[in-house]
Amino acid sequence: MSEGVNVSILGTRVVRTEDPALLTVGGTYVDDLRLPELTWAARATFVRSPVAHASIGDIDVSAALAAPGIIAVLTARDMDDLPPPPPDDGGGGSEGAPVPMGGPWSEPLLAIDRVRYVGEPVAIVLTEDSYQGVDAAEQVIVDYRPLPVVLGPGAADAETLLFPRASSNVAVTAGVPADELAFDGCDVVVRQTVQNQRLAPVPMEGRAVAARWADGKLTVWVSTQNAQISRFILAGALGLDPAEIRVITPDVGGGFGAKVGLDRDAIVVAWAARRTGRAVRWAETRSENLVGMTHGRAQQQDITIGGTRDGRVLAYRVDIVQDTGAYPRMSGFLPGLTSLMAVGPYDIPHVQTAFRVVVTNTTPISAYRGAGRPEATAAIERAMDLFAAGIGMDPAEVRRRNLIPPDAFPHTTPGGAVYDSGDYVVALDKVLAAAGYPGLRDEQARRRRSGDPVQLGIGLASYVEITAADAAAGETARLVVHADGTATAYTGSSAHGQGHHTAWAMLVQAELGIPMDQVTVVHGDTDVIPEGVGTYASRSLQLGGVAVHKAAISVREQARQVAADLIEASEADMELDTSTGTWQVRGDPATSRTWADVASHAGPEGLVAAVQYAEGQPTFPFGAHLAVVEVDTETGKVRHVRHVTADDAGTVLNPLLAEGQRHGGIAQGVAQALVEEFVYDAEGNPLTSTLTDYAAITAAELPSFELVNSQTPTDVNPLGAKGIGEAGTIGAVPAVQNAVIDALSPLGVRHIDMPATPARVWAAISEARESR
Amino acid sequence: MKLTVTVNGRPVSAEIDDRTLLVHFIREVAGLTATNVGCDTSSCGACTVLLGGQSVKSCTLLAAQADGCEVMTAEGLAGPDGELHPVQQAFRAEHGLQCGFCTPGMVMAAVSLLAENPSPTEEEIRAGLEGNLCRCTGYHNIVRAILAASNQTVSREQAG
Repeated sequence: MSEGVNVSILGTRVVRTEDPALLTVGGTYVDDLRLPELTWAARATFVRSPVAHASIGDIDVSAALAAPGIIAVLTARDMDDLPPPPPDDGGGGSEGAPVPMGGPWSEPLLAIDRVRYVGEPVAIVLTEDSYQGVDAAEQVIVDYRPLPVVLGPGAADAETLLFPRASSNVAVTAGVPADELAFDGCDVVVRQTVQNQRLAPVPMEGRAVAARWADGKLTVWVSTQNAQISRFILAGALGLDPAEIRVITPDVGGGFGAKVGLDRDAIVVAWAARRTGRAVRWAETRSENLVGMTHGRAQQQDITIGGTRDGRVLAYRVDIVQDTGAYPRMSGFLPGLTSLMAVGPYDIPHVQTAFRVVVTNTTPISAYRGAGRPEATAAIERAMDLFAAGIGMDPAEVRRRNLIPPDAFPHTTPGGAVYDSGDYVVALDKVLAAAGYPGLRDEQARRRRSGDPVQLGIGLASYVEITAADAAAGETARLVVHADGTATAYTGSSAHGQGHHTAWAMLVQAELGIPMDQVTVVHGDTDVIPEGVGTYASRSLQLGGVAVHKAAISVREQARQVAADLIEASEADMELDTSTGTWQVRGDPATSRTWADVASHAGPEGLVAAVQYAEGQPTFPFGAHLAVVEVDTETGKVRHVRHVTADDAGTVLNPLLAEGQRHGGIAQGVAQALVEEFVYDAEGNPLTSTLTDYAAITAAELPSFELVNSQTPTDVNPLGAKGIGEAGTIGAVPAVQNAVIDALSPLGVRHIDMPATPARVWAAISEARESR
Repeated sequence: MKLTVTVNGRPVSAEIDDRTLLVHFIREVAGLTATNVGCDTSSCGACTVLLGGQSVKSCTLLAAQADGCEVMTAEGLAGPDGELHPVQQAFRAEHGLQCGFCTPGMVMAAVSLLAENPSPTEEEIRAGLEGNLCRCTGYHNIVRAILAASNQTVSREQAG
């Protein structure tokens, strides 16, 4: 890539440029903004539904309007200045796209005549300070007339409809009917219903927005993964031209998919700023966040797997009910992605999937780290273990006998995914070797023989996932080398903890030799970067990073011409030394010129390259996880003692950042397997709406992780990189779940749904003992 | 009520609403925004500061309770010439932060932990951080950073 013999910075452990500020004065998140234009901003407080399903009668705001510090109380009835809703298309829309369904399924900005989940916004209260807002919001009297509550997969058959005009609680149906003939020829067929439970994303910074309308322009500061998409959504919802809106993304305190674009609450804040002429700011409380921010997962999966006694899987089927919550914000996208990736890393001749998306009186479901892929991996990996148990074979061996072999790439699955590159067997074998698999099985056998009350469980998962699923949407970059020799990279990608600023500066240094500390990275400001997509689906490096890389190459080639002109030499003789960032005639150091010399010679604008980079196809990272747990059979308590992984995302740009992504992903996967679940009671009341009840995983519940290096480059892009943001979660969930069940299999335990809490594990042990 | 709290060595006096929480006093009155609010149940620790040298969750105290006391926030850790505190240095070197939102509270919790136990084991660190949530790092590198800050050996876990 780079010229000369210099050792590239790429692939090295570079500490982050972001960190000094974050460690000393802290990040500047939306609620930290102390801009003059926000000095007198009103504080927004939402009135939210305390009931899961009700029609709304009168809303009495008179008492609230007399509350101290009150500026305004606004409800849906005040929204008479918005564009008409799009024409009713029957709600079909694009069922596979991750966009809200319209027509009879439309979601209002503030509840109009009905509330459909606890936490649904009903009114917005503006006050001088936030304490006054809490007081005033309590004075808003809403006449809720309760309706029967619809919950769970049974919503499909419920008499009560959330959207009467839709005539059904089933928003999307897709897939193929069950063909039992596919299981002919199987010696063993195993069936199991599994729950992939509802989770709360819990970014440490909740949703936050500030908005100001001045001089015919709306400026919105929002905690989002996508400034440009947020502008697009705001323009549509508020009936504004995108040019009338500026969206700025300050530091973002985590997103995990739940901050893709922006939510109705943020749109209402922006609308209120325009409506009242006051700047308005809102930062939700955690209790609001746990019911107001979208949730993830929430699939019920009926799995069937069959094969021969020598370990060959012949057929696999999964039937999914996707609980989408009160509004189908993602249409059929999530279970669609689960279906696409259902077969996982295996070569299985017959694969069938089908799904139904049902609405329920719960918080809407959307993307959460993995977004449909962890659900696919959880299902197939649980199925592989059930099949292994059914034929009495070691689960590692069953996997090895069915993994797609390394000479089969590119490999097209029965579901139509084209896996680009991989060596799935090597990933599994590396993990087994690093973990000392035979020794672990010996220790397990010893504890089983001795009747140790603390049993050892070993769980495996092999996985493949899809990243940059919307590769064709691409990403933008604009790189400027200024007359003083410094550079600025403008990226359409969006950072919220991943380390984009460090990684993009590394890419510029590698190509141009301009030191990282002289490279400024700018993201998340639509006035400066009008075109961009942002961050989700582990797309940043392979699209946004490659765009920066290509922009750097383009700048370098422009500079070659300019340097030749400056030195009065032939362009073909010009050489860039990336270790010093200097141009010279090849072999003649006396002609040496700096980037400042060259860029200033190019003109006052310096050197500029703009790139819109798209890829022809997604990439497919893969790997294997092995979890070791100890299960106290007397209390049901699970202790996660080891976690060994190989997560192969192609060529690694910065191992420090890639490992960090894996660590965080693993922790969120372990959290789903062992501790986290968002729970409702039979009336649709959330039982886990604070962090004292929602068991966000802590340091004390996790071991240190043992990461095995594996890098199989992809040909899809010039960096050889795939995505790494979600792999840890995808692999960890089934590895840990399988480990818990593995520990208890001698007792006759065949399956335990997640999370494997002490109560649930203890109940499974008791039930197994009683049925013996 | 009128009160004075010494924040990072600087006395801050103000007339405030009695019910003002210490974290809001720090953020809105003292104007120091490193200290974050991550929950409303004293569960997450993003608001951790030192009060009289002890770590406290500043969302759980009224500002009035800190009247006349010394508070230290993340802004007060670095040396006068901007040199990072050893815990801050270790968090950077070991990549113990990603989005940064939990970081000021996590760093203050770590400073307090090391003041009480200068050479903690990994298990003691994990137990000591139970009241501080991080959603990005899986805690792995935070634990390593605290081990490194206590001058203990940190192993590289890369196996193959």
